[in-house]
Amino acid sequence: MTPRSLRAWSWLHKWSSLVSTLFLLVLCLTGLPLIFHHQIGQWLGTEVVSPPVRADAPRVTLDQVMAAAKARFPSKVGLYVSQEPDDDTIWYVTMGDSPTSSTGLKQVAVDARTGRPLAEPKIDAGVMAVIHTLHVDLFAGGKGKLFLGFMGLLMLLAIVSGVVLYAPFMRKRRFGEVRRDRSPRLKWLDLHNLLGIVTLTWALVVGATGVINTWADLVIEHWRDDQVAELLGRHRGLPPLTHPGSLEKAFANARAREPAMKIAFIAFPGTAWGSERHYGVFMRGRTALTERLVQPVLVDALTGEVTASRRPPWYMQVLLLSQPLHFGDYGGVPLQWLWAALDVLTIVVLVSGLQLWLGKRGPVRKVLASDLRSAAR
Amino acid sequence: MKGFWSLWGWPLAIAVLSGVGLVGGLVGDGGWDWLAWVGLGVPCAAGLWFGWRGRRDAAR
Repeated sequence: MTPRSLRAWSWLHKWSSLVSTLFLLVLCLTGLPLIFHHQIGQWLGTEVVSPPVRADAPRVTLDQVMAAAKARFPSKVGLYVSQEPDDDTIWYVTMGDSPTSSTGLKQVAVDARTGRPLAEPKIDAGVMAVIHTLHVDLFAGGKGKLFLGFMGLLMLLAIVSGVVLYAPFMRKRRFGEVRRDRSPRLKWLDLHNLLGIVTLTWALVVGATGVINTWADLVIEHWRDDQVAELLGRHRGLPPLTHPGSLEKAFANARAREPAMKIAFIAFPGTAWGSERHYGVFMRGRTALTERLVQPVLVDALTGEVTASRRPPWYMQVLLLSQPLHFGDYGGVPLQWLWAALDVLTIVVLVSGLQLWLGKRGPVRKVLASDLRSAAR
Repeated sequence: MKGFWSLWGWPLAIAVLSGVGLVGGLVGDGGWDWLAWVGLGVPCAAGLWFGWRGRRDAAR
């Protein structure tokens, strides 16, 4: 490597990391509890548990479920109805003032066997909600998301330039060598190189999928314009339905169309995931992979007939698969712990990098300079 | 080439293993989950082992 290109890569590494480090630290620190949000919810008692009933107990209809939710919040309308992948005894009904509301949302958990409301999970309150909002948009809405996405792009730049710089710094070292006996700065440098290189793939994947997730709203909007609008046909341009027809009928017809799949969630007409005239019934497969690649079945909200059931287009598949790869929620509890460990190692990379920049003066600078000179040869 | 492998051998092996683990876990459950645990366990172990071992040696 010529001294010139070495300087250029160093410059790129320094500035892409310096600008993003503080935000990446916030993301790593808030991300840590989010890895365990299910367990923390259980521990805090905010996770809803259904009372034991015979396993083959009959289910109430979704129209009854909606009626139960509506009774709790008569002035609100249904937005989404969903089920957890591993528990079909509870329906979660999300309600709002209008189908496009993003604030003032309420949720009612309804027992799928008795039709009785079990709880009203707080979806935008509590410590975990604060941590989640900090992680997603720093309390700055759509702009905050795009900003954090930009910080994520800088992180990817810092990782790539860091890999390029790994070679000149490590040429004369054994893999994993940490020089603790010479000076604190060399110790930090070696740790930074070691942990940076071992977390490389994970950090690239979690960083890139995080960036993709910041574009989720835009991707979903595009999917609606691109695919859903086409299916609206002669209904295009008509106002959204205010009194959609039977949810149970829509659900039953969607299930009949995709008998091998189970339900993930149903979006009401007028919401981001539905159309003005359709229920968006999102079915998931039963393997680890197809469980994520939810299949939209669009059901005419007035007649209850299935309009279309299509595999999601490539950009939706990318979005859907980038979620588990960011959350680390697809390999049981061991994977959650590995995610946490790699997150902590990444924090050490960030802190050691900051340390190296802050402590730039002193005799060690000479050591570094000679390191770089020998590397440049 | 010897220089290349002594410099990049372990980083490449760990990077490929992590990638296989990350994607493998997505494909299925059971054995595929084990692939993810091993694939991502190795970079964690390498980071902790070398980070920690140096500390012990220095204390001696």
